[in-house]
Amino acid sequence: MAGEKSLPEINKRIKKGKVVVLTAEEVIPVVQELGLKKAAAEVDVVTTGTFGAMCSSAAYFNFGHTKPRMKMTEVWLNGVNAYAGIAAVDALIGATEVMKNDPLNSIHPGEFRYGGGHVIHDLVAKKPIHLRATAHGTDCYPRREIDTVITIDDLNQAVLFNPRNAYQNYNVAVNLSDKTVYTYLGVLKPQLGNANYSTSGQLSPLLKDPYLRTIGIGSRIFLGGGIGYVAWQGTQHCPSITALPNGGSLIEGGTLAVIGDLKQMQPEWLMGASILGYGVSLAVGLGVPIPVLNEEILYWASRTDEEIYAPVIDYGLAYPAGNPEPLAYVTYAQLKSGTIKVDGKEVPTGPMSSYPAAKKIATMLKQWIEQGSFLLTEPVAPLPSIGEAAPLNPLAETESQTDGKGELIWLPNA
Amino acid sequence: MAPERIVLRFNATTSDKPVIYHLVKKYNLIINILKARINPHKEGMMVLELHGEPEQYAHGLEYLRSMGVTIQPLSEQVQHNETICNHCGACINVCPSGALYLERPDMKVKFDNEKCLVCLMCVKACPYKAMEVYF
Ligand code: SF4
Ligand code: SF4
Repeated sequence: MAGEKSLPEINKRIKKGKVVVLTAEEVIPVVQELGLKKAAAEVDVVTTGTFGAMCSSAAYFNFGHTKPRMKMTEVWLNGVNAYAGIAAVDALIGATEVMKNDPLNSIHPGEFRYGGGHVIHDLVAKKPIHLRATAHGTDCYPRREIDTVITIDDLNQAVLFNPRNAYQNYNVAVNLSDKTVYTYLGVLKPQLGNANYSTSGQLSPLLKDPYLRTIGIGSRIFLGGGIGYVAWQGTQHCPSITALPNGGSLIEGGTLAVIGDLKQMQPEWLMGASILGYGVSLAVGLGVPIPVLNEEILYWASRTDEEIYAPVIDYGLAYPAGNPEPLAYVTYAQLKSGTIKVDGKEVPTGPMSSYPAAKKIATMLKQWIEQGSFLLTEPVAPLPSIGEAAPLNPLAETESQTDGKGELIWLPNA
Repeated sequence: MAPERIVLRFNATTSDKPVIYHLVKKYNLIINILKARINPHKEGMMVLELHGEPEQYAHGLEYLRSMGVTIQPLSEQVQHNETICNHCGACINVCPSGALYLERPDMKVKFDNEKCLVCLMCVKACPYKAMEVYF
């Protein structure tokens, strides 16, 4: 294709201080004015951003060896269980883990005031964290208990590793039932009382490179206010594009697994989230730079809220039952306007992920690139593109074989 | 009866008595605990929202006083902590009065104190605890 640029060329321009970077919002009027061809020649990088609660986030640590030595088998950080079945003094804390003795939903809707997401935030904020661990004791690791206080600076390694972030697109949640429901997409009032959505639309990373032409394993990104990398495809990664009955297309299903050194991240961009009636999560700030290698990449990167659709799903009955048939498709422009129409009814909309924060991330990333402190990386391997990922299967349940006393019988060759 | 909001203060001898249980059991009051705290000296503070028959309500308060609990009416306010708020928008549709609203096209969340009914819905619904209650 004419006017192709290479990534090393773009990096050269970054080093020379001559790079042209625009956020995914800023690039829209430029493409509208100059046309794709001219704009692709002028613009080198488009930056994206998203900030919202992203379950499937976690952090792992190495605490350093104790004296005498200890092989920690159960670990709690500020009373939140961390998974210690990795090694003697390594542990992983998941964003959605709740506190020991949390009342959960026993008084519905539960408040879930503190959990794994909050521990990760408090660590990054350099707050002291209570570490408690127990062990069974071995000849080489005799110690059985520890109760101490640590900060992130005391840890040998602290790594943010999120198995699924940056969902390409998300459902718009409504409630057709007769009672209020408390979901991971917020409080949904009965009978189409409101509609909640949760991506940054025209700023959202994977909506701006839907075929994953530039984003791959090893891509350097903005993660939690610091630098991170794409580690793998995210869990449930299955990008698709579907033509919609009334025109337009629905792009959805891509996800990223990301990794980065927690010690250089910022508390503002890793916020513990308490989602009423649902649980705990971690709001992650994530931004991906898209190198404008050709017109086609810029075509997707400059798509607008008017062109990006999301499915409207009933979270009152259909979604919990596992039958999420879309009630309608709406654009992000409609969602941001404040109301959408579902079944002939005007429904007020509300976001769950912050557009102002997404914009700030895209702008910060832009500045890092302009200042020359952030170079783009060529993926070391591509991620499965649209049509290339295996379809997602629901969990198939088989009847378990028991011995009549409730004990499972394992059939060696079954 | 419209829900009443009150602040209870317990001394060290009553703070471990099941008074709330009795309020529910004996006086048939519907109780929403908005806030509860106990200090190292075992003195407690609790903010309750009570619902019930007016007569039962009066008897319930009498019972509390008889247990040595002091009762005050609640005069509270809600504040929007702008250093914590990230403008996610999760509070917009739970706010019944429009006190919390989105400013377009910026999509920033604003709080209009004048319109606030102190219903505390946003305090529960804000995932980041940016809506704070002041007494
Ligand atoms: S829910 Fe909380 S953080 Fe989100 S906009 Fe409202 S006050 Fe701000
Ligand atoms: S207390 Fe109620 S009325 Fe006031 S801002 Fe919060 S939700 Fe709105």
